[in-house]
Amino acid sequence: MRIELQRRSQSSRLFSFVSPLLALVLTLFFGGIMFWMLGKQPLDALYSFFVEPLLEVWSLHELAVKAAPLILIGVGLSICYRSNNWNIGAEGQFTIGAITGSILPVLYPEWHSPMILPLMLVMGMVGGALYAGIPALLKTRFNTNEILTSLMLVYIAQLYLDWLVRGPWRDPQGYNFPQTKSFVPEAVLPEILESGRAHLAIAFALVAAVALWFMMRFMLKGFEVTVLGQSERAGRFAGFSARRMVWFSMMLSGALAGLAGISEVSGSIGHVQPTISPGYGFTAIIVAFLGRLNPLGIIASGFVLALTYLGGEAAQLSIGISDKVSRVFQGLLLFFVLSCDTLIHYRIRIVTQKLRGGAAHHA
Amino acid sequence: MLEAILLTVITAATPLVIAALGELVTERSGVLNLGVEGMMIMGAVVAFVATQTTGSPYIGVVAGITAGAAFSLLFGFLTLTLVANQVATGLALTILGLGLSGQIGESYVGQPGIKLQPINIPILGDIPFLGPLLFRQDLIFYLSIALVIGIHWFLFRSRTGLKMRAIGDNHSSAHALGINVIRTRYLAVMFGGACSGLAGAQLSLVYTPQWVENMAAGRGWIALALVVFASWRPLRVLAGGYLFGAVTIGQLHAQAFGIGIPSQFLSALPYVATIVVLIIISHNRRTTLINTPASLGKPFVPER
Repeated sequence: MRIELQRRSQSSRLFSFVSPLLALVLTLFFGGIMFWMLGKQPLDALYSFFVEPLLEVWSLHELAVKAAPLILIGVGLSICYRSNNWNIGAEGQFTIGAITGSILPVLYPEWHSPMILPLMLVMGMVGGALYAGIPALLKTRFNTNEILTSLMLVYIAQLYLDWLVRGPWRDPQGYNFPQTKSFVPEAVLPEILESGRAHLAIAFALVAAVALWFMMRFMLKGFEVTVLGQSERAGRFAGFSARRMVWFSMMLSGALAGLAGISEVSGSIGHVQPTISPGYGFTAIIVAFLGRLNPLGIIASGFVLALTYLGGEAAQLSIGISDKVSRVFQGLLLFFVLSCDTLIHYRIRIVTQKLRGGAAHHA
Repeated sequence: MLEAILLTVITAATPLVIAALGELVTERSGVLNLGVEGMMIMGAVVAFVATQTTGSPYIGVVAGITAGAAFSLLFGFLTLTLVANQVATGLALTILGLGLSGQIGESYVGQPGIKLQPINIPILGDIPFLGPLLFRQDLIFYLSIALVIGIHWFLFRSRTGLKMRAIGDNHSSAHALGINVIRTRYLAVMFGGACSGLAGAQLSLVYTPQWVENMAAGRGWIALALVVFASWRPLRVLAGGYLFGAVTIGQLHAQAFGIGIPSQFLSALPYVATIVVLIIISHNRRTTLINTPASLGKPFVPER
């Protein structure tokens, strides 16, 4: 028995909607098996993992808090991946954005002004964009593989943050805790509703997603991204520059990751500390693919992945499963998304009898 | 003193060399598997758990190799049978590996492990200086050297190796010549997985005999960079691996001596070195183009 693929003449519209859902169902199924192997009631576990967090107002706010960075980073990455630029260092750009955005509230803690927050957000975006500019520069100038350089820069950014908050940025009155002074109220990203913690970042995320959807759908730039991503040669004939696209896509995604970073620090944490992200930059890669690299799809997939984080925390409390389960869920989900995507471009046939010799020569 | 430092360099370099050699074979067949980090960490955790359960680190080594190969099969099925995107699938393998290994190893955190003991080769082990360095090592070190020589021979002196390189350079022509592209690639991917698993086993049985979450700490990615650095040649992988081992150990010693540079900056050195090395190697477009397997990362669907 073997599996045979037949290319569809046109990619299937039906399956481009069904495949992410199918991937979700498969993930839930295998997740249930995993819970069963851990000695838990699968349905109860799945319920407390994926449903319970949706039943209370405060946890819906948490969902928005966690979805915001995932969507912001995810839509940026989708532009990169569409244009065939493999930025996998968003976690580093997130970190650097958080650092550059925090310069003002950390170094000028006495400065109370409504100006400070917009400045912080802009500086965070600039920091993230410049940091993503490093792999872009290396790729365009030295032909260096951006996958490896952007990833190495993640480790470097995290070590730099660690040094900052244990060294020059540490709060002298902080009982030796490795963290900065708390931000002044003017430097804290405001909450959107009275009822909970969700802050402006989720609004930024939705605006960014819709704007990039508009760009990809209606603007020449979006067309340029798609053409260059599918065939650099065709793009060149159309007068597009692959080199400029490297810069554009990397710096755009870097800026969005930087915005996510400073929003997280300013809105959710309130100071800078050695760990500021539970791996948002990497999870956003899954978000981008689950959303089929479509900015509107990414809004939905951002909430799904945010739920895996929340579910992990909830399941740890209610049924005593380690929160590492959420990482497993995220990995499984990406696997199933990628395999189900095959259905969009290919017809799959399972061949049970062996082909006769020579059959391979017939068209 | 020098001997002790060189010994630690060898221990730090061995996992890099082994993982990079495996990936080199995979990439020579035209497949780019970015999941080295994930396969490595799975090898590390499974090797550790098997050793703790059975009491024998040798069973641990076998278990680590098996885990790496089995895990790579997932990647193989997706990219070779279902022609999924290789970059994305490799990332998926890494993400899943990091999560799964944390889950498997959770109850083993902090347990003292059993170290894989050195094997003293008689007579050779008594040579002053070189003896302790090269002939009183553990099994995995000997395997790493055997792999370098074996893979060099396989790629450049054997018929099967020639066929595999042909697939990596032009899968359509190789297919037309009647070489089974998919089967060869499956084997190459599994070999890469087995090597990554072995490298992981070295981490949890030799380098630091215990289980720490995320203990591969980017070594899988450095191994990927090493393959580029070595321009897909096994002997150069050996040289590159030892260079990186030296950088890693050098910065650790510098931290211990406290030479006034913050430890975080020293810890960042291997990653900075990786970037610098990639720049030096890649900036000459022509040689990169000649050395890179031409169908690397490209999907292949056999026509029938």
